[in-house]
Amino acid sequence: MGSRSSHAAVIPDADSIRRETGFSQASLLRLHHRFRALDRNKKGYLSRMDLQQIGALAVNPLGDRIIESFFPDGSQQVDFPGFVRVLAHFRPVEDEDTETQDPKKPEPLNSRRNKLHYAFQLYDLDRDGKISRHEMLQVLRLMVGVQVTEEQLENIADRTVQEADEDGDGAVSFVEFTKSLEKMDVEQKMSIRILK
Amino acid sequence: MRGRRCGSLKRRTRLPGVLCIFLSLEVLPKSSFYTHTNKTSSVPETSAVHSAEVSAGLGALLLELPRDCLGTGTAVALGPPLRTSPEWVRRVMEGAELAGKILSTWLTLVLGFILLPSVFGVSLGISEIYMKILVKTLEWATIRIEKGTPKESILKNSASVGIIQRDESPMEKGLSGLRGRDFELSDVFYFSKKGLEAIVEDEVTQRFSSEELVSWNLLTRTNVNFQYISLRLTMVWVLGVIVRYCVLLPLRVTLAFIGISLLVIGTTLVGQLPDSSLKNWLSELVHLTCCRICVRSLSGTIHYHNKQYRPQKGGICVANHTSPIDVLILTTDGCYAMVGQVHGGLMGIIQRAMVKACPHVWFERSEMKDRHLVTKRLKEHIADKKKLPILIFPEGTCINNTSVMMFKKGSFEIGGTIHPVAIKYNPQFGDAFWNSSKYNMVSYLLRMMTSWAIVCDVWYMPPMTREEGEDAVQFANRVKSAIAIQGGLTELPWDGGLKRAKVKDTLKEEQQKNYSKMIVGNGSVS
Repeated sequence: MGSRSSHAAVIPDADSIRRETGFSQASLLRLHHRFRALDRNKKGYLSRMDLQQIGALAVNPLGDRIIESFFPDGSQQVDFPGFVRVLAHFRPVEDEDTETQDPKKPEPLNSRRNKLHYAFQLYDLDRDGKISRHEMLQVLRLMVGVQVTEEQLENIADRTVQEADEDGDGAVSFVEFTKSLEKMDVEQKMSIRILK
Repeated sequence: MRGRRCGSLKRRTRLPGVLCIFLSLEVLPKSSFYTHTNKTSSVPETSAVHSAEVSAGLGALLLELPRDCLGTGTAVALGPPLRTSPEWVRRVMEGAELAGKILSTWLTLVLGFILLPSVFGVSLGISEIYMKILVKTLEWATIRIEKGTPKESILKNSASVGIIQRDESPMEKGLSGLRGRDFELSDVFYFSKKGLEAIVEDEVTQRFSSEELVSWNLLTRTNVNFQYISLRLTMVWVLGVIVRYCVLLPLRVTLAFIGISLLVIGTTLVGQLPDSSLKNWLSELVHLTCCRICVRSLSGTIHYHNKQYRPQKGGICVANHTSPIDVLILTTDGCYAMVGQVHGGLMGIIQRAMVKACPHVWFERSEMKDRHLVTKRLKEHIADKKKLPILIFPEGTCINNTSVMMFKKGSFEIGGTIHPVAIKYNPQFGDAFWNSSKYNMVSYLLRMMTSWAIVCDVWYMPPMTREEGEDAVQFANRVKSAIAIQGGLTELPWDGGLKRAKVKDTLKEEQQKNYSKMIVGNGSVS
């Protein structure tokens, strides 16, 4: 927390960010405040180190994957628009989003499809659009640590890929991923409500 | 000319003491230049009267006596004027003479009203009067601000309320399954949601920056989103700045300087004596006096509660840590043996001097790493029942006084009786938290000395010992809870060292273990 709270004028491109992410003005201010609190050295952007210092994130088994999701395309810094863009995936789906389905506008970031795409990315380590068996194994290893043997883990990975894979290429594509989760209440499970 | 001055003298006595100082400081250079260009014979008299006015102003601030009786007395006692040297030399000499007189009167007042009472541990009630004026002013300012700001922006300032709606259900429920269920692709939702919740808001990061105030206390540094309200408020703020920087800061710096020098000199002198009860009594006196002077140099108002539980000899005193000033606050009410690393520079000089008078435990940097050596030395210290209680801060780092973080188990393995102490600062008058990544020691001390005051409560608590079947970690947590409840602070399981280092992997392993149990069950895999 700095000695001055965020004013709307301080956030650069506030309007375009609001349109892109759908966050309200108040939520955006809170997130900007948070961004600056995490940016300990006042660099204006966040690095991986800044996110790793959050205790509750560092003990999360998927902490590293979540941090990676903030740095697409191999960049080393994330600025405020990038920060908010990732968080926008977890914005709860409200009625006004489903009403204004303007076909010309791009899909809102918190749509079901985009939420699923975020989850897909957590598995897809090399970002090739497919979750291979090897990638599944690695992510599973992150989640269980040293508690499970290699053999058990391989069994789990094989089963999961086989269940989801439809075209038999030994990997799970995004379409297959979406299909296997079609009954899941994604909107509710992947939403964080920011209190005003 | 003289008549005009006398008349203005009378007018000034009706104003509050603070404005007297300000005005007399402002008026002094103007009048002396004015008199220099006119009659040279009246120069020494005017300078004498003016220095008398200054000292009278100081006296009025501190004592609130009528100024006239002080003013006329000192005018008589001064020497013959200089007539023979050239004009500019005379001015310089007179300036120096004047400065000397001001300094001497200043020091006399300081000695009389602050230092001597510190030796005997009495208070003249000056700080109480100051605090009353301060509280009234801040209340008035709060009312003005609340009238001025619209209703919505007041709600924004409650930083302690969580900003996201949390679902605190355990991992099993969050993964929507019974125990022994298999891995699903959707499991990743739970972890990613928890992870992003942590990114948006976590308990720890906010503890390492200063507490946000609900209403402004007229210090620039706490001005979080308080806009211009009215001219009167701004005037009061300007007056506050002048009072703090021009009146209080020099006074406090003088006191701090005197306090530290007295400590070093006093303890070195006492250290020359052979070991005896006289030496102990003298070293206690020196320590207490210097600590009281240093506390007054910060305008500290401390309330001690439950003095019957004050730590006894042969015990270990344990307290929550907010700033280096914690040490001063505790040692003002009793003598402790301190534990810490040997520093260089000024701190090193102070440490070396203090250890001559009474046995503190200072470690070299290399020794600190050897935990057994540290434990051994501390055990030896408390085994000797004649030695003073040890003072330890088990958090290991400064926290911002809204919560208590993990107590390191090292201090609780030594054995002996633990005397917990809770320290809570009142942030309205000055923020005592030392953000060591943001400010170094000198700028921190300057900030302390330009705050209004340091107000805190100290609660002594009944002694605790380790129970049967309790290991050091559980004991540490028990003491931590007791301190948190007493001080009204929240309790966190996190390590204060998180602000510098990454979290330990053992905590992550726990989560991984929980998850593995769920998907693998008791060795049964699909």
